[in-house]
Amino acid sequence: MNTFDYVRPASVADAIAAATAPGAAYLAAGTNLLDLMKGDIARPERLVDISRLPGLDRIETLPDGAVRIGALVRNADLAHDALFAKTYPAVAEALLSGASAQLRNAATMGGNLMQRTRCGYFYDVASACNKRAPGSGCDARAGENRLHAVLGWSEACIATHPSDVCVPLAALDAVVEIEGRDGRREMPLEALHRLPGDTPAQDTALAPGDLILAVRLPAEAAGFAANARYLKLRERTSYAFALVSAAAALRLEGGVIAEARLALGGVAAKPWRSRAAEQALAGRRPDDDAFRRAAQAALADARPSGDNGFKIELARRLVARALALAAAGTPERLPALPASPFSSAAGARHVA
Amino acid sequence: MSPEIRLSTTPAHARHGSSIGQPLTRRDGALKVTGGARYAADNHPEGMVHAVLATSSIARGRVTFLDLDAAKAHPGVLAVMTPANRPPLAEDPDAKLHPFMFRLDLLQNDLVRYAGQPIAVVIAETLEAATEGAALLAPRYETLPARVGLDGDTPFIPAAVGIGNPAEVRIGDVEAGLAGAATRIEAVYETPAQYHNAMEPHAIVAAWDGDALSIDTPSQALAMAQGRIAGLFGIAPDNIHIRSPFLGGGFGSKGFITGPQALGILAARMVGRPVKLVLRREQMYGPVGHRAPTRQRLRLGVGRDGTLTALGHHAKTTSSTYDDFFEPAADVAHTLYASPAIATSHEAVRIDTGTPLFMRAPGEATGSIALESAIDETAWACGMDPLAFRLKNYAEVEPISGKPFSSKALRECYAQGAERFGWSRRPFAPRQMRDEDGLLVGWGMGTATFPALMFQAEARAVLKRDGTGVMESGTHDMGQGAWTAFAQIAADALGLDMARTEFRAGTSDLPDAGIAGGSAHTATAGMAIHHAGAAVIARLADLATGDARSPLFGAGNAGVVARDGRLFRRGDESRSESYGDILARAGLGEIDARGTSAADPDAQASYAMHAHGAVFAEVKVDPDLGQIRATRLVGAFAAGRVINSRLVRSQYYGGMIWGVSFALHEQAVADPRSGRILNANLGEYHIPVNADVPALEALIVEEHDPHVNALGIKGVGEIGVTGTAGAVANAVWHATGRRCRRFPIRLDDLLTGR
Repeated sequence: MNTFDYVRPASVADAIAAATAPGAAYLAAGTNLLDLMKGDIARPERLVDISRLPGLDRIETLPDGAVRIGALVRNADLAHDALFAKTYPAVAEALLSGASAQLRNAATMGGNLMQRTRCGYFYDVASACNKRAPGSGCDARAGENRLHAVLGWSEACIATHPSDVCVPLAALDAVVEIEGRDGRREMPLEALHRLPGDTPAQDTALAPGDLILAVRLPAEAAGFAANARYLKLRERTSYAFALVSAAAALRLEGGVIAEARLALGGVAAKPWRSRAAEQALAGRRPDDDAFRRAAQAALADARPSGDNGFKIELARRLVARALALAAAGTPERLPALPASPFSSAAGARHVA
Repeated sequence: MSPEIRLSTTPAHARHGSSIGQPLTRRDGALKVTGGARYAADNHPEGMVHAVLATSSIARGRVTFLDLDAAKAHPGVLAVMTPANRPPLAEDPDAKLHPFMFRLDLLQNDLVRYAGQPIAVVIAETLEAATEGAALLAPRYETLPARVGLDGDTPFIPAAVGIGNPAEVRIGDVEAGLAGAATRIEAVYETPAQYHNAMEPHAIVAAWDGDALSIDTPSQALAMAQGRIAGLFGIAPDNIHIRSPFLGGGFGSKGFITGPQALGILAARMVGRPVKLVLRREQMYGPVGHRAPTRQRLRLGVGRDGTLTALGHHAKTTSSTYDDFFEPAADVAHTLYASPAIATSHEAVRIDTGTPLFMRAPGEATGSIALESAIDETAWACGMDPLAFRLKNYAEVEPISGKPFSSKALRECYAQGAERFGWSRRPFAPRQMRDEDGLLVGWGMGTATFPALMFQAEARAVLKRDGTGVMESGTHDMGQGAWTAFAQIAADALGLDMARTEFRAGTSDLPDAGIAGGSAHTATAGMAIHHAGAAVIARLADLATGDARSPLFGAGNAGVVARDGRLFRRGDESRSESYGDILARAGLGEIDARGTSAADPDAQASYAMHAHGAVFAEVKVDPDLGQIRATRLVGAFAAGRVINSRLVRSQYYGGMIWGVSFALHEQAVADPRSGRILNANLGEYHIPVNADVPALEALIVEEHDPHVNALGIKGVGEIGVTGTAGAVANAVWHATGRRCRRFPIRLDDLLTGR
């Protein structure tokens, strides 16, 4: 770990000023950044500790009905906020399906958005990785890539974004509030993360110094509360990153899907919203045929980036299942195994 | 025992009579849950500095450059140890004086023979400075193409597998047996490389005082560690004091002093100050041993009556380019199933990897998952229930040797496990069961087996005039409960209550307790304790029975029974005398005696000695998504006498969970070009979490073994892995109808082709 400066600004303005310098990085809970630093993947020259900045740890309902989640709200606090979990059950389920209890107690909303990929070649500093070392190449492309992207990848990078909570946030039109050198602005969460193209080192649309202040869920997002699920496939029942995940949310009117939302995780360098699938569902009856067509639409552009063709079929099946679960209704209580197929119909039971 | 270790001496449960057999809680439990247990890396002697390894990022080649200037210039860095300036050793780290000695990477030259090999050590005032110093070395290499995986080079037949086992063994004519069989099965199974992930990584705090060396480091074999270090550094073993009161898990990885531990000692020598060196998690994936991958070909022939006519088990594995350890995977076929013809054979390739070594049930675990899968496939092909097939081919004598078993309650294990699990309700065909949510349900079983070994150990027993006793044996508590089980044996050996028995363990100045390995620690050190107790009681009895003033005068040794701190005349309970009174009259403050233990060669020549078990598993599989979960496990094990059922069950649980891991989760993923492991962290090297093991039961099946040792103890540490892995794999087949032969089974294995 390199020697670095550590500053703890008292205000957002001070933080932005401190973080605008080259080589600076924001530090919140550090659940990802500190690991990256210990492994020499990240070598920031200055850590700007924002964890004590005032006012960023609140969950607020705004006058227009939107909910504003401060960037420093902890995963566990948000997921266990009763009103929030009732209103945005897929977001709560995604939060609780990620990491371990200890990590969820520490990790923050802003940090969730800023997670780096789990690509093994990104973590292995001796490997070629355009995301870590621009221009060095991509050893994943012809290497161990079973877990890598099937959508939106480029020859330069086939990594995926690992976040769970970003998936339902993308589906629900979440907006990211950002303060930077030129003042405050906001952008859809969907626009925050970038596809790799030729510049995979740039994960997000943020400029140096930009600080995420909050994530806002619009009032309309609450309209999906009755039929919203997050479903995640992984290689052990808990504490594992997604092979593929999906957030599905439906607004049903008179037995017909009035509006659908669908996003996938673990398939691309960003949470993958599928408007084609949403359109395929709108106006349809919520049945298996509709779900299968939506799944086809969602993966229509998918192609393997290596030994991972199975993820495409797996994602199709997962989308269909997630939609079916959403159509069946949000469970009264969050399942004890959040987002797991092993608590699909059995509600809260832990031992299926 | 160092003064800060205050073990509970109050049994958690009321008890009557013998301490052996009581399900006592761990005497070190309170220390551990309160943070009072001091592990090696918790020691911070005055003046201590930190050492950090720089490791190779290539798997094969030569280090051509290290930026020593940059590292040394970093604030706080004291020294950089490289092949150019490493203090001399008395013994070549590449010497191999006996098969139990493994070559170490101690900066003897600039060659690189695996990724993750130590290539320099940076010593600094702080851990952070040493870590950054190691990064600043920015090594350059002359790189040769890495040989990776089971097909990485030309195979050969090793001279021996495991420790000294022949690579090929046969009885009867397997080819003839296959030719004459009514049903033949041939199948190939693959198991992955697994790496040690004990909660506590290898750690050492080393301090020199002249030629005397003081060490805190976790060890499963204190005396062997002492001897190895003595040889390397050219000092007398007595000059080396090792403290290892607690291990945060060993599983075989702490049986030998590893290279990094020796480098910590060298670093302390180099800077003349106490040095602490702790491996980072990813540094565990190289120099401390691992379980090698295997590719196993099983061939079975069965006659019309369902009896085996031939069993062929061939295993290919990998080893390093510079040392010899070959996972003896096929040897598991020697003992379990009766067959007139059995052939086991091994081949290996040398690849650019750290030397594979012992990992919980080495050979047995890898071999068992393949054998138990093949038995399951064969039973299905014969139209027989898997349990009925196993009973049909039950080995009444050890098949490979023809020897009778010293004891074998496997039939009872099958019966009790099947009953508890509900096996009789299992549909014969696969893909017949669903739960209320539509998930596929499957039931599978496997036979567990592990040899009952004995090594050598010593103990020293003391009886004191105040009526208390001391038992000393440098045993090793790896978390399995040695502090407790040995204290129970010691109390009985001394005829004292546990509260009046002090048990000293965990340091190298105590009598050599042998190795905590091979599932043989309780039997081996327990027998030494038993003998030491008997010897000191005999001395005490001599004092009493030879003294006309004693109520026991004239009773003779055989006529005295030790119990509750008194000697009683056998057959006349009214005549007794307390230990204290006997010693006081003799004018002695205390007496002591030693005991030793070793395998009985006559018994070994006459009997096959193994623990056995039967494991039954239920899995659920999502029919569309392929997600698998082991939902219920029942194991029934017979392993001779049980000293403490709570601790024994906990060993079975741990083994069974590893079995689940073996079948469904655990594997190291290496880049096929570089040989570097890409998931060397606990986030992505998947071992089961609690949610992966929802229901677990271990039944203790009664077994009396008059031959293994006088206490009748077999081992329990490793057997749980065997049987379980195969049971889970067979349950996946029963749930889905899909036979997966590459482990761990992944959800995409259940998706393809559907």
